Amino acid sequence: MSPDGPTKPPSAAPLSEPISEQADPHILLDAVSVGYGETVIQRDLSFGVRRGDVFVIMGGSGSGKSTLMRSLIGLLAPQAGRILFDGESFWDALQHERTRRMRRNGVMYQSGALWSSMTLEENVALPLEQYTNLRRSQIHEVAVYKLALVGLSAYCDYYPSEISGGMRKRVGVARAMALDPDILFFDEPSAGLDPLSARLLDDLILELRESLGATMVVVTHDLASIFAIADDSVFLDAATQTMLTTGNPRDLREHCEIKLVRDFLSRGGE
Amino acid sequence: MRILVGAMTDLVSNAVKPYPAARIALARDPAGRVTVAIGGAWQLDADPPDLDRIDAELFTEPGPTSIVFDASDLVAWDSGLVSYLASVAWRCRERGIAVQEEGLPEGIQALLRLASTVPERRAEGRDEHADPFLRRFGQDFIDLMRSTGEILAFIGEVTLALRSMIAGRARFRRSELWLLVEEVGADALPIISLISFLVGLILGYIGDQQLAQFGARIFVADLVGLSIVIQMGALITAIVLAGRTGAAFAAQLGTMQVNEEIDALRTLGISPVEFLVLPRLIALVAMTPLLAIYANLMGILGGSFAGIVVGGLSPTEYFTQTVAAIRWHHITQGLISATVFGAIVAVSGCLRGMQSGRSAAAVGEATTSAVVTSIVFIVIASAGLTIVFDAIGLS
Repeated sequence: MSPDGPTKPPSAAPLSEPISEQADPHILLDAVSVGYGETVIQRDLSFGVRRGDVFVIMGGSGSGKSTLMRSLIGLLAPQAGRILFDGESFWDALQHERTRRMRRNGVMYQSGALWSSMTLEENVALPLEQYTNLRRSQIHEVAVYKLALVGLSAYCDYYPSEISGGMRKRVGVARAMALDPDILFFDEPSAGLDPLSARLLDDLILELRESLGATMVVVTHDLASIFAIADDSVFLDAATQTMLTTGNPRDLREHCEIKLVRDFLSRGGE
Repeated sequence: MRILVGAMTDLVSNAVKPYPAARIALARDPAGRVTVAIGGAWQLDADPPDLDRIDAELFTEPGPTSIVFDASDLVAWDSGLVSYLASVAWRCRERGIAVQEEGLPEGIQALLRLASTVPERRAEGRDEHADPFLRRFGQDFIDLMRSTGEILAFIGEVTLALRSMIAGRARFRRSELWLLVEEVGADALPIISLISFLVGLILGYIGDQQLAQFGARIFVADLVGLSIVIQMGALITAIVLAGRTGAAFAAQLGTMQVNEEIDALRTLGISPVEFLVLPRLIALVAMTPLLAIYANLMGILGGSFAGIVVGGLSPTEYFTQTVAAIRWHHITQGLISATVFGAIVAVSGCLRGMQSGRSAAAVGEATTSAVVTSIVFIVIASAGLTIVFDAIGLS
């Protein structure tokens, strides 16, 4: 591969470790292409996410990070390829099997995506009401506990419009954790937050990973977050419309052969 | 006093004293080099000289070899001048004429460099040319078919959700249903009262004037009673609900789409049709007939007001005549119509809300479209139901 840029064909993009050799990948992408209608945004994406890792999907604006995430969380069928969770192909499964799988994923959306007609407690309680046989009082206890994990148990009866953007994201995390998911997805967790709130959210992600042992998939282009939380990552490129490399972001910053990736991870070589 | 006024006039005239107008002068030397002398104040709110003069110079054969600038008379400038010069530079580059920017102020040179180094957008296949008629017609037809397909698919989804509900498997919050029932039903009573009463009053008044010519004033009670009960009560209710509730449904669901709230339901494995559309449909289908009964009563009351006050009928006369005229099958027709109209308003509002794009403008379009779709289908259904009632002998 040319040291000056991404000139090698996408299919030959190096993986930090060949997928087949990764021990028990939690999520596996096999030649996945994503896009809308006939427009392809990313193609030939093949990588694995190890169980318990914080995995970052990074890339410049418009590189298709969020589109890829929509395919991972079950909102947008990929145009080609397979996405496997625990070795089972997600999009080839029947609808009810997909729904069951989706219930084991938690998603934190960029803006929180809290249901605006419900209080914070009701937001966290809804998944529990729908999918567990807990009594009302137990649901209340669990919801308050989940809100306490993100430091917001004092705001149970507030509506989403009454709290700040950073708090909304934290409630989004609490709601994503409601059903004790295996995998937590975060869409741009630090976007729109001041540096301290962003740092708090990063710490929260790491703490949750330590305590819950869940796999975390984070879409972000925020360098501070990437270096603070990521064990592994994939870099998506808008120009070549595919992944350029995978690996630990710190290693990639120092040793990646691709200049674009090194530049991205060092803000243009600062 | 006069001195003061004079001083103020001077002050005002100095304060608003205009800058000299923007101007250019072109001069060509024997070597074919054109000097563009820029003078006066170039500002966005002032009229810049016409670019045609530059064009005329550039097109004059033989074409100039290069363009230089002289900005020694320039008084003030802003983006007005920079955009003008960017156009000149672009025209020159198109014709292969060298542009020498050295005579311009440093700031302008920097901005022109910046403007020329912005990379072109990736081609997005945006075609500026108007499509020929046949192509547009074809595209419109394809869009119509797609939209019909979407409506049918949505009705299919709603039917499946209804089946889940009957089987007791539908996932929605009962508490939300009661809130919707209140919002759709009780909260609509004032507006329904006003409109039904006034429509009844107008019918009664016009009917009385016509029937008085035949000495048949008492039949105004039949006219108002039957028209309200069979058709108008349901129609008034449906149209008020289309504007009030259908639009609100579209706006609520559209905003939820913008905020990714619907995505959040989907990723939890909760069907938005079951969770959001079903309670709205149930609330409207349950409440529209009740509101229609209320609209019937208010309409009859309005008609009686005209009959009694203008027509001089006694209240007993009027109401006895009304009760005698209206049969159960008339009421049934009105209630069946109201139920169908309620379903139409709910499905149209929710459909447009769920189809809404992810912007404020798209939510606005969804709301408008919900009302238009509702009213169009209410009118079509009203005509269809009249034929059906006639065919089954209900009318």
